[in-house]
Parts: sequence; C-alpha cells; structure tokens
Amino acid sequence: MGATVTTTATNEKTWDGGNEPMGASYGKMMMWFFIVSDALTFSGFLAAYGFSRFKFIETWPIADEVFTHFPFLHGVDAPMYYVALMTFILIFSSVTMVLAVDAGHQLQKTKVAIYMLLTILGGLIFLGSQAWEWKNFIQGSHGAVETKGGSILQFVDKDGKRVALADFALHLPKERIQKESQLGIWFEKGETIASYSVEEVVEGFKANPSLLIRSEHLNSDKKKTVLTREESLARLKEATMVVEGANLKHNEYGHKLFANFFFFITGFHGFHVFSGVVINILIFFNVVLGTYEKRRSYEMVEKVGLYWHFVDLVWVFVFTFFYLV
Amino acid sequence: MGQAHAHESNTKRIWIVFALLSAVTIVEVFLGIHKPLWLYKPELLSMNLLNWIFIILTIVKAYYIMWAFMHLEGEKNNFKTSIVGPLVFLILYLVFILLVEGNYVFDVFKTSHYKWIF
Repeated sequence: MGATVTTTATNEKTWDGGNEPMGASYGKMMMWFFIVSDALTFSGFLAAYGFSRFKFIETWPIADEVFTHFPFLHGVDAPMYYVALMTFILIFSSVTMVLAVDAGHQLQKTKVAIYMLLTILGGLIFLGSQAWEWKNFIQGSHGAVETKGGSILQFVDKDGKRVALADFALHLPKERIQKESQLGIWFEKGETIASYSVEEVVEGFKANPSLLIRSEHLNSDKKKTVLTREESLARLKEATMVVEGANLKHNEYGHKLFANFFFFITGFHGFHVFSGVVINILIFFNVVLGTYEKRRSYEMVEKVGLYWHFVDLVWVFVFTFFYLV
Repeated sequence: MGQAHAHESNTKRIWIVFALLSAVTIVEVFLGIHKPLWLYKPELLSMNLLNWIFIILTIVKAYYIMWAFMHLEGEKNNFKTSIVGPLVFLILYLVFILLVEGNYVFDVFKTSHYKWIF
C-alpha cells in the first residue's frame, strides 16, 4: 500500500516519505506537475499558430467555411455544429470522470466502474468524431486552383457560394498519366493527379460566364474578396495546379500553414485523448478487479481523472483558437 | 488525499458546473456562427471585440474545469499558486512576444518589395 498511496498515516517520520509537501500526495502532485509541463507544450503550439496567423492576418482561412459538415446531412451548410457536439461529448465525459472520482471517495466500487466505462465511451466517440473531421478536411469539398505564387483561387457563383470543380470543369480529350514508381526516375512516384487538369478547369471557367473567382484576401467586412469576371480571367492565367482537399503541402481552403497546424495540434490532442482512453481502460480493469477496494483508496482514479480533465481543458482552448477566433 | 474532507459527496455541484460549461459553450457557438458585425469589427489592442469575448469565456471555462473538476479549490494555497502561477506568467509572456513579432513580420511583408504569396 505504501508504495502507491502515501498518506501521513503510512509513515510518521518527515524524512522517510511520510511528509506531504503542500498537502498533496506524491502521485497527485507529480500528475499536476506533468500537466503543467504538458500545458506549456500545448501553449507553445497554440502560440505558434497565433504567430503564423498574425503574420498572414489578411489571408488566413475562415474556419466556419472550412468545417461545415455534419453526419447524415449531406450538402447542408452546418458550420461549427459538429465541433460543438464534439466539445459537448468531451465535457460530458469529464463530468462522468469527476462522478467516478466522487463515487471513489465513498468507496462505491460499482458506481466507479460504471462512470469509468461511460468516460471511456465518451473518449472513443470523440476520437471517432475527430477521425471523421480529418477525413472531411483531407478530402475537401469543392476544389480550387493554386497559382505560381502559392495563393489559392476558389470558384464561386454570382451569390458568392462556392462551386465545386466537378460542376463546371470540362473533359478534354487529352490523356493524363499517373506516374507510378516504375515509371519515374529512381522509382519515385509522382504526385497524385487531381480529378481535373488545370486546362480543363480554365476552359470550363471560360465557358461559364456566371462564375467568379474568390481570392484569399479578407475585405473590410472580414469576408473573402470576390474578383470581377475580368479580374478572374486574368488571375486564372497564373494557375499552375488543381488542389482538392488538404494535406501538408497544399490546402484548397487557403493558407497551407492552416492545414499544417490543424493536423499537428488536433493530432497531438487526439493522441492525448487516445492515451487517456488507454489509461482509463487500465484503471477501469483495476477497479473491476477490486484492487482499489483492497487498498481502501481510489486515489488512482483521481490521478487519471486529473489527466482526463486536462485533455478536456486543452480541447476548450483548441476549440476557441481553431474554430471560433 | 486528506481523509478528513474526502467523504462528503458533491454531485450537485458537479451538475451545476456542467450546466454552466454547457451554457458558455452554447453562447460561444452562437456568437461564432452569427458573428455580429458590431462586435466583429471594433478593435481593441489589435484584436476584435468578439475574439476578446471568446478568450474571456474560454478562461472562464478553464477556471471551472480546473477548480471544480480537477478539484484545485480543495488544495492548499501554495499548491494552487505553484500550478497556476508558472502557467499564467509563461503563457502570457510567450503569447505577447510571438504575437507582437507576428504582427511585425506582417508589416515587413506588406511594405517590402518582395511578394511572398501572390
């Protein structure tokens, strides 16, 4: 018992481990200090995101326009609802965790087990939602073209609504080859070819007089600037590649750093959620096996609880700085 | 874990805090979707009022998660300070430096003869 739960009752001597500095047991204090250091890591990432965003403040993508999907609502524009739902799931799993800790204080084994199980379930649902969010972001929704200078041109109709490449691009009788590794020099394979070539998009644009181009620049109403038809045609001459979805090099929604930070920060957070779920499962089995019942102390549940709440705490900040601000 | 204060249940407070966190999130999402222009346009310290509201609400949420869920309110004062103090100081310091620098780089890009993204 002494090795895992230190209480003043275990050892009376101050220098033999019986002392609890600042009134917290060793394990709990170290969990807190780990959380402090991890919180600083996350703040470093978010501050770096802020740096890049201030650097490109006039052209940064608007998150509302990027994350607009909701399960089973195809084609419905639902900005943020899904992330809000994910936030609720995580907050609620935090609540069940704190209820488990509370039941642990009263040594109610069954209650602790049930609440832990609910927490694990919440964590798994959150992870699944995040995977779905990533999938949508990677696949993209409408497609865009990238210019020689690296800026993204999106296509909109007269009302300013985005138009998908598939709706206007022409099919030209010209063969395009996906470079497989056996065709390339030194067995390097070429980049995946997009569904349409730049030429097909440009010809399709010329054939559709109602289409306009939307640039990355934010106007004084904080909306993306839509070019006139003449400006659009001139701008399209600089197009060098078709971009569909987002990866670490290209991003159809705008600045590529946005995609990089999105993958990195939500990925790192998702990794924390994943490890939290694994740790919760281990502790859940210990609860069911009666390990803590024998110890007459559920402090271990409290310690993993601290970690789980921390994961929720980080998500609150990620939600604000990625989706709201 | 002090044995003396451990045994009373405070489920009621947990649910109250949950209601509070949910309410704050709903307000945030509502403001985030509608973005009222009278909040979105005026600027304070090179950030619009809406962003300041989001940041303040986030800190409110963080406070409740740390105090109620992580039970920091039950810890001794010196323990609380040793956790919150370094975080507040270091994060404010880092954010201040990086954002000022980012803003400066933006100005340099904007006024230079080179174009970075065009």
